[in-house]
Amino acid sequence: MAPAAPPTTADEQSEGAAPVVRLRDVAKVYDDEGLRVTALKRITLDIRERRFAMIVGPSGSGKTTLLNLIGCIDTPTSGRVEVCGQDTGALADNAVTDFRSRHIAFIFQNFNLSPVLTAYENVEYPLLLLRAPAALRRERTAAMLESVGLWAQRSQRPNQLSGGQKQRVAVARALVKQPTLVLADEPTANLDTQTGAEVIALMRQVQAEHKASFVFSTHDPQLISHADDIFAIRDGELVEPRSEERR
Amino acid sequence: MLLTIAFRNILRNRRRSLLTLLAIAVGGVAIVVFGEFVGFIRTALATMTVESFGHLTVFRAGYFDYGGGNPAAYGIADYERIMHLIADDPAIKPRLNVITPAVSLTGIAGNFAIGTSKTFLGTGFLPSARERMRVWDEHRVFRHRVLRPLGLRDDDQTRAVVGVGLARVLGLCEALALKDCPPRPRPAPGPAAAADAPELADVAALAQADRDPAAPAAAGPRLDLLAATATGAPNVMSIFVTGAEPQGAKEIDDNFIAMHVSLAQQLLYGRGERQASAIVLQLHHTADLDAVRARLRTLLAEQHLDLEIRDFIERYPFYQQAVDMFDTIFLFIAVIMGIIVLFTVINTMGMSVMERTNEIGTSRALGVRRSGIRRLFVVEGALLGAFGATLGVALAQLLALAFNAAGATWSPPGFVGRAPLRVMTTGTSALLVGAWLGLVLMATLAAVIPANRAARLKVVDALRHV
Repeated sequence: MAPAAPPTTADEQSEGAAPVVRLRDVAKVYDDEGLRVTALKRITLDIRERRFAMIVGPSGSGKTTLLNLIGCIDTPTSGRVEVCGQDTGALADNAVTDFRSRHIAFIFQNFNLSPVLTAYENVEYPLLLLRAPAALRRERTAAMLESVGLWAQRSQRPNQLSGGQKQRVAVARALVKQPTLVLADEPTANLDTQTGAEVIALMRQVQAEHKASFVFSTHDPQLISHADDIFAIRDGELVEPRSEERR
Repeated sequence: MLLTIAFRNILRNRRRSLLTLLAIAVGGVAIVVFGEFVGFIRTALATMTVESFGHLTVFRAGYFDYGGGNPAAYGIADYERIMHLIADDPAIKPRLNVITPAVSLTGIAGNFAIGTSKTFLGTGFLPSARERMRVWDEHRVFRHRVLRPLGLRDDDQTRAVVGVGLARVLGLCEALALKDCPPRPRPAPGPAAAADAPELADVAALAQADRDPAAPAAAGPRLDLLAATATGAPNVMSIFVTGAEPQGAKEIDDNFIAMHVSLAQQLLYGRGERQASAIVLQLHHTADLDAVRARLRTLLAEQHLDLEIRDFIERYPFYQQAVDMFDTIFLFIAVIMGIIVLFTVINTMGMSVMERTNEIGTSRALGVRRSGIRRLFVVEGALLGAFGATLGVALAQLLALAFNAAGATWSPPGFVGRAPLRVMTTGTSALLVGAWLGLVLMATLAAVIPANRAARLKVVDALRHV
């Protein structure tokens, strides 16, 4: 594993860097059998590299939709989404999947680990998708599991792990391929306060080590307190953060 | 990794996977056991047909289609030379089990002691050759059968064997000690009462005059045979019936007489040139049939002989009809089993897709292409098919061995008496491999439908699925 970067502030790190995410006039309308629901209204935002960015807002405000568009697992009704300088709307299905595989990682609220794979195999899986050589897979997987403190549990299946351990495996799985962008949809929602704090600290630590950009959707004040950037969203529109949504 | 994940996914819902495996295995058992039964039927029918007709028969050109109307007109004159030619051919000789001349004729058989007569279909052959033909059993399907000799001898041309039906009609049941042979009812009185018919009395007198006073001692009840010679003259010979053999089809059984070829020739040609209706060849192995036929064609063409060759399937069309019927039933059962497997696997994989929708979304989010999702479910279907088919084929073999050990018997269509009922457990590798591959293919194809559904899922919808 690469040595940890010298301690600098996030602002210093990303000063002058190109945005890792650029959204221009992005709208998303769901059409459910004639019932049109506008989830996002002409969102324009930039998320800079190597930041711990939070998308905050109440339930149903459009946080997850925004995260899905950034993660290229959904397409906007209108507007332009650029991730790592790539207009994702210009990519065909396989190309966008490969792009996601190389550049974007996800951490889910429900962990979403494969129940048939061990902790080690779950972490190794993204590298298999990238067809990484066996030696590199072994090296990186072991390093990530040690980094999240789960080397001893490497042979256990998800159903043998606690919630916190599962989320740490999910963090290791997200970072093992060294992605440019990590998207986390309410990653502490299913964890108790103590475990949630540990997972956040872990993510902060590995973010510093791997220099990845993190984008969270959350309404967890504990998580918001760690944010470098905060994007508040209400009724599908970007708004000024409320006081409780500020750091 | 794909195989590992697929295999572990199969083990996730063990009860459902087990039921699916059992459904595939039952399909496999049905296909293999019935296929092996059909294999036995084909082999047994072929064996019984080859025992009677040999593998190949050489006729004078036109005999097969027209000879039935006038066998004497289609005889093979120099049959002994041709038999030697065939038997000494280096390509045929090592493959040849029996070669014998055969003479077919029709006429009237009379038991004038009780004043009755009946038309007959006669076959003349060399008795020793005929005995060798009867015990031919290449695949040992009748290995436990005990055959009673016909009682004909090469050195005694007065002996004959009749069909049980003919023996019954001619009142020979008691003399031949036949079982299941009811006493002959007294014929209704009328102007044509057989014993008083002047025509029969004439034949009886002719037969009496034609008897050889130096004939060997009676080997059984006597019959007098009347046939028309090739020149149209009536010819009468006496025979001693040494036994009665059931002939399967009643119309044959009621008319059949097997006799020494010389006797048949005397009846058909009188004092004229002795000919044969056919030359019958029985090979050691049926697999040599095409090669021997090809060589025979060349040989006959080289000698400029106006002869034609027919195989046992052409001579006995019932064989092919029966085989075709069993093949059709087998195909029908295989299709039914295939459909059951198809729907079972579709159901299993469909439920699996539904349960794993969220996992599918996660995999897609991690970077698995639609084709990767499709491949995973298809491999799972193929694995289910492979395990089920392997189980089915193994169970089928055990069941087949148990069935054969039970020693069941049956009456095959077209044949009289009980025959062993078995299933072929050897030489069935093509069936086993075919059934295994067919089941795996069916399970794999069945998985394509739910796999496509899984692959088409939208990532966000799949991730939202609970």
